[in-house]
Amino acid sequence: MSSLILNVVVQGGLTGLVYGLMALGLSVIFGVVRVVNFAHGELVVLAMYAAFELWRSFGLDPLVGTLPVAVVFFGLGYLLQTTLINPFIGRAEHEQFILLVGLGMVIVNGLLMIFRPDARPINLAYGFDSYEVGPLLIYKVNLLAGAAAVVVAAALFVFFRWTATGTAIRACADNLTGAAVVGLNVRRLYALTFGIGLACVGAAGALMVTIVEVRPALAPSFTLLAFIIVIIGGLGSMGGALLGGVLIGVSEALAGFFFEPSMKSMFSFGLLILVLVLRPQGLLGRRA
Amino acid sequence: MSALWHDMPLRGRVLAGALLAALAAAPLVADRYLLSVLILIFYFAYLGQAWNLMMGLAGQLSLGHALYVGLGGYVAAMLWVHLGIGPWLALVPAMAAGALAGGVIAWLGFRFSIEGVYFALLTIAFAEFTRIAFEHIGAAGGAGGFFIPYQAERLGEWWNLRGGQWLFYYVAFALATGAVALTAWLKRSRLGYHWQAVRENQQAARALGIDILAVKMKAAVISSAMTAVGGVFYAFYYDSLFPAQVFNISRSIELMLAPIVGGLGTIFGPVFGAFILTPLGEGLSAALEQLGVNAPGAKAVFYGLTLMLIIFVRPDGVWPALARACGLAPARGDDA
Repeated sequence: MSSLILNVVVQGGLTGLVYGLMALGLSVIFGVVRVVNFAHGELVVLAMYAAFELWRSFGLDPLVGTLPVAVVFFGLGYLLQTTLINPFIGRAEHEQFILLVGLGMVIVNGLLMIFRPDARPINLAYGFDSYEVGPLLIYKVNLLAGAAAVVVAAALFVFFRWTATGTAIRACADNLTGAAVVGLNVRRLYALTFGIGLACVGAAGALMVTIVEVRPALAPSFTLLAFIIVIIGGLGSMGGALLGGVLIGVSEALAGFFFEPSMKSMFSFGLLILVLVLRPQGLLGRRA
Repeated sequence: MSALWHDMPLRGRVLAGALLAALAAAPLVADRYLLSVLILIFYFAYLGQAWNLMMGLAGQLSLGHALYVGLGGYVAAMLWVHLGIGPWLALVPAMAAGALAGGVIAWLGFRFSIEGVYFALLTIAFAEFTRIAFEHIGAAGGAGGFFIPYQAERLGEWWNLRGGQWLFYYVAFALATGAVALTAWLKRSRLGYHWQAVRENQQAARALGIDILAVKMKAAVISSAMTAVGGVFYAFYYDSLFPAQVFNISRSIELMLAPIVGGLGTIFGPVFGAFILTPLGEGLSAALEQLGVNAPGAKAVFYGLTLMLIIFVRPDGVWPALARACGLAPARGDDA
């Protein structure tokens, strides 16, 4: 029994790392551009379909497909910010919100028109390979996906911490006026940031197809999940996003194990309500 | 109310009167399809108006209004099926359920100063939580849905909301008209001015001695109770409720389309928005069906594009500009 629960926890934690990467994209965008990306889950599902099509048409392993999808999504993010979102910087919060809700509707229903509502599974040759570690049985796919999520997050951390551009982006987040005064090109940095956020989304989406069968209806729940994770982990905290992801992954897996799988997201929403009310700055976030 | 009538230019009064008369007489000439579209227009105008009170007047963004629609619908339908209590009487518990849910969410949110985006997320979280909960409540039919059985012998019981299309047409018409009147009255009331003060500048409103928490709570409670009434109508019009449908986020988004397109915080904007959007959406569906294209997402893609376009080029909505251009705007103020 206890080893079974341990297995569920590890499995959920590995899935949670991919969740965390997805939420990291949201966190980066909100932390810097101060725009709430309400089309987040829709973009994740778009990335999932991209990885799925790469696999179906060219036989490209989604774990390898992570790189091209992330690169394309970086471009997409850059483009979105320069064309659609930059005009909305400084406008009322609800206007930005509605713009992105509209974008999300277009994306997810466009996917519905093209791919139909049914779920699409991916069959990988090593789909059932697993490692035995003591009492644990770890699936190779989940382990690789979780590891890839950590690698991407670590690369991002290095970028923000030690490169000039990363520092400039952090400057924009900390003090917009100050950043503009010292001559930083804020609009370009915003576009870069949105691109980076969507690169996370692209990578997370490509990894996600190995865990969940892709279908358009996943989108709203991914958006919410990303928000839940970011709010639980604290907005703008990179470690918090990963930690929140693992926390949500594990709690969902446990809820699915002890109760009905269909009730698992109810626990996430309950957790969100609790965190919002009790500790709105998140577990690792700073008080605003 | 009377102020609204007084401020309206003559042209506006004539137009409004003619429109009301035409709509009142519509069932005599319109066919079933047209009537069903008009019912939908009234329904969305009504819900849009309810949402508009909270967002348009008080400036509080709720993205979970489907919760109150669902609660109102389930309360009334379950009272009717299980206990035989008719919908008119059930309006009281349905509104109470909506008001309670709206009040609790608002209190949790505003008490702990959860604002803007965070408040919107809180509303979604509650709606989604309730959706999944209802999928597991056996007495409410679970995920399989809750049905009001068809009873031919009760068809004439208009007092139990059992009847044909005409009945629902006039009920929806009355709801929409009543909502416009209520909004017009509230907007000019003391409470309405408090709402608008809070919307424009919360700090300034507080400095004026307005009890911010109470004022926002009132907006949430009134708006959610009104929305629950829409849910009662929905339940008896469609005779079925599915948690995955009624509580869905896309329902919450759908009901904010009309006020956003028409004009947030305006009196006629939500009605105007419903009159443009609903026929366009329905027309698109019908046209695609005629062409033999089975595209389930097409209507939503269209709505999404409309939303983006409107918020991009005219974030105040279409109605205020149109009203000015047609000389329908009142002589003073910006109340359109």
